Amino acid sequence: MKTVFSKTPTLKECSTHYCPGCGHGIAHRLLAEVIDELDIRDKTIGIAPVGCAVLAYEYLDIDMIEVAHGRAPAVATGMKRTNPDKVIFSYQGDGDLAAIGTAEIMHAAHRGERITVIFINNAIFGMTGGQMAPTTMLGQVTATSPEGRQADGTGYPMQISEMLSIMPGVCYVERCAISGIAAIRNTKRAIKHAVELQMTNQPGLSLVEILSPCPTYWRMKPANAMKWIEDEMVKVFPLGKIKDAAAKK
Amino acid sequence: MAGKIKIDVERCKGCGLCIGVCPKKNLDFAKETNKKGLSVVKQITGECSGCTLCAIICPEAVIEVYRDEPPKNSKTTPKTDLVEEKR
Repeated sequence: MKTVFSKTPTLKECSTHYCPGCGHGIAHRLLAEVIDELDIRDKTIGIAPVGCAVLAYEYLDIDMIEVAHGRAPAVATGMKRTNPDKVIFSYQGDGDLAAIGTAEIMHAAHRGERITVIFINNAIFGMTGGQMAPTTMLGQVTATSPEGRQADGTGYPMQISEMLSIMPGVCYVERCAISGIAAIRNTKRAIKHAVELQMTNQPGLSLVEILSPCPTYWRMKPANAMKWIEDEMVKVFPLGKIKDAAAKK
Repeated sequence: MAGKIKIDVERCKGCGLCIGVCPKKNLDFAKETNKKGLSVVKQITGECSGCTLCAIICPEAVIEVYRDEPPKNSKTTPKTDLVEEKR
């Protein structure tokens, strides 16, 4: 019998610390598969965030560093400018990228840094106990919005991808989800495209936003969390390619 | 075409995502647990086409999938007329 699916070598042979049904495991695997398919394991440097994926360097067998909360795009800037031949990516959650690190991602994008950003959006702060994040949706119940997020007082969900897409320094923005088989395959294609743009030295930052489930703090079963992305989350965060400057017109 | 899967139960966390995507309804929660005490997933019917859907959705990448290869000198060709061409 032929092996048609097995763990890709870049993904380490160990158990992750993620909760059952967490989307980070799928996102890690997709990233590892892309790295192996493009054969760039030796020249890829990743940046782990602060958040649930803080230990991403334990699971991906590539050079990785851990930086201060939200500062990954700033550190990636230095890494890419001093090592232009390397593939630099940052892997950030919504608490990291959309809350404390908003300034860093905005300015890195505005400067047109040639890095790739993998942005995991689960609409909640997972690591610290399920508090409201800037990406939390209106009416969503969290530890700090027990009656649901209200626009009057706590504002609206932040749509980072749309914000970045209007910047001339950004070459590629796509929002994907990992809510099902087709969506997962599409996410892998998007990650691969974003990395390829960096490898071909396209001017600008490439970002892939991934809507990812957090069954623990959404208080749902893993399968229901996947369904909730498809039914509710995509209404606020519509999927699709938001910008691709390199695409043929 | 027949397939086969292998689940690394010691790394399985029993999230059950694979159960919902299996087109052959081959997977379900096992009554027994692994060494960590987590309820894991097991095969119930053993029927498998090797479609890899369970492995694609598994967040822990614990499923390995194998599939029989069609014989090389087989005269049966895939039915292409079932696929509608997109123009």
